[in-house]
Amino acid sequence: MELLLAITIGLLYASGVYMVLRRSMVKLIIGIILIGNGVNFLIFLLGRITKGSTPIISENSDTFLEAYADPVPQALILTAIVISFGLQAFAIVLIKRVYKVLNTDDIDRLSHTEDYDIL
Amino acid sequence: MTQLIFLPILFQACIAVLLLFFFGKVKIQKIISIAGSALNLAVAGGVFYVVRLEGSMAVQAGNWQAPFGITFVADTLAVTMVLLTAIVGFAVSIFSAYTLSGNRIRFGYFPVFHFLMMGLCGSFLTGDLFNMYVWFEITIITSFVLLTLGNEKEQLEGAVKYFAMNMLASLIFLTALGILYGLTGTLNMADLSGKLMAIENRGLVNVCALFFFFGFGIKAALFPMYFWLPDSYHTPPTAVTAVFAGLLTKVAVYALIRVFSLVFIPEAFFNNLFLIVGAFTILSGGIGSLVQNNIRKVFSYLIICHIGYMIIGLGLFTQAALAGMMFYLIHDIIIKTNLFLMSGMIIKIKGSTDIRQLGDIYNDHPRIALLFAISLFSVIGIPPLSGFWPKISLIWGGIEKSDYLSVGFILFGSFITLMAVARIWSKVFWKSSTVTAPPNAPLFFDQLSKRRRFWILFPVGFLSVVTLYIGFGADNIHLIASRIAEDLINVDAYIELVLGK
Repeated sequence: MELLLAITIGLLYASGVYMVLRRSMVKLIIGIILIGNGVNFLIFLLGRITKGSTPIISENSDTFLEAYADPVPQALILTAIVISFGLQAFAIVLIKRVYKVLNTDDIDRLSHTEDYDIL
Repeated sequence: MTQLIFLPILFQACIAVLLLFFFGKVKIQKIISIAGSALNLAVAGGVFYVVRLEGSMAVQAGNWQAPFGITFVADTLAVTMVLLTAIVGFAVSIFSAYTLSGNRIRFGYFPVFHFLMMGLCGSFLTGDLFNMYVWFEITIITSFVLLTLGNEKEQLEGAVKYFAMNMLASLIFLTALGILYGLTGTLNMADLSGKLMAIENRGLVNVCALFFFFGFGIKAALFPMYFWLPDSYHTPPTAVTAVFAGLLTKVAVYALIRVFSLVFIPEAFFNNLFLIVGAFTILSGGIGSLVQNNIRKVFSYLIICHIGYMIIGLGLFTQAALAGMMFYLIHDIIIKTNLFLMSGMIIKIKGSTDIRQLGDIYNDHPRIALLFAISLFSVIGIPPLSGFWPKISLIWGGIEKSDYLSVGFILFGSFITLMAVARIWSKVFWKSSTVTAPPNAPLFFDQLSKRRRFWILFPVGFLSVVTLYIGFGADNIHLIASRIAEDLINVDAYIELVLGK
């Protein structure tokens, strides 16, 4: 299971970086989403995967008797998912706006900021 | 009593929520924001005073003991940053109220602005790395909104660049957090400090530190990763840029300082990395500022150039250098905000940002030009003014470590800054201008009422007074900076405070 997850994480990161390096804005967003998912998996994996044991101490003992699943990484991932959800929603709307205004998806053509003069 | 340290965060949150109740009502929002910022200045000043008087304080949220719960720590470094945030917030809030168009305010400028302030205070006060990530995300998402509010073509373009780089930086930061948690099983900074030392696999620890370096480095606009900054900072209205320039890059510098003094014990490799990156940051930022023609881009490149000083200070890691770095940080936050407020004033007066067309400001408004001169001379570091003192400490730190190359770069950076400022002074203030008389728009400075002119000038004057105090009261500031430098070198006090051993 660990190996499978590790390979998945590697693939997510690699494809995410590849997409970010493309020139299209939509692919940029997709790349960022892919890396974001890779990060979540990474936290999950590095928090040590334990199968089928909840972090609850049974009634007739004071401490954990066997290895238990660490709840902290799951809380971290949950927070990270919520945050990245908000950011991605914003980003997608932003890119739609940019496309409407500039009529292009090509990042290389975003060069109006060079000679810009706000009043 | 220790609950006091939540106040700066809670207060900003309350103002923001209160503002939401008056969504769309321009006048009331302005009053609430300015009054709130003034009160917040008092709150932050109070917290600063108490911490200076009684020493650092730590609060465990929900009373969960340290490594398990989220810790908030108010040491001298944190409260100094909170106080600076409050000062900048006060100045910018007034400036925004009198310069922004009603439409931007109607669509929620002020609530978002105060949420941004809240995020900044939170990231300074937290003692937990994941919590810091969350506060960082709050500052990022609010800065996206501020950056795009107004919906102009260039703003949207600048926002795409800003957003792409900052989101990538957050993901790198989060990756680093994941690895750190896997290595140690904790994210409390004080707890990490001891646990990371005990880990034998130094390679993995260093990779993790590198992730932190790149994550914060993008946000702080360090040498190879700064290109997003000059491409986006000049697109939003000046009031927004002033906050970004003063605080948003500095919060990343703060994070670098915190992480690389407390969590990762500085090693030779990282010290050298900081020195090299700092030197190149000074070089590239400085040269960039010399070739730009847009006045706000010149200032944007100066931000980058001066970040280099702090990174060199962090790389030298001696008492003198760290004190110089902290002094520089204090000076830089105030001065960069003021520079951008000034650029906003220049736009208001002349209606242009192109220094080839600008001119005549000294001729038309000699008193305003004098006010601007204070800040411009402080940036260079003309002796009694504020930029001079931190450089002495930094250079002294370099000589102590016999790192003459870094000393050379610090001097070279000052020289380049001098050239950039001299260029601005002669072209914007002295030269006769080629811009035709400003169109009869109601927003131009000369056509404004006297009262409004005063209030637009007030924030610039206020920050100039603060700058003068930093310069002439340098011994007080130096005392605070040295205290922080001591704390950064001897982290035991911080760890003891949080873990309560």
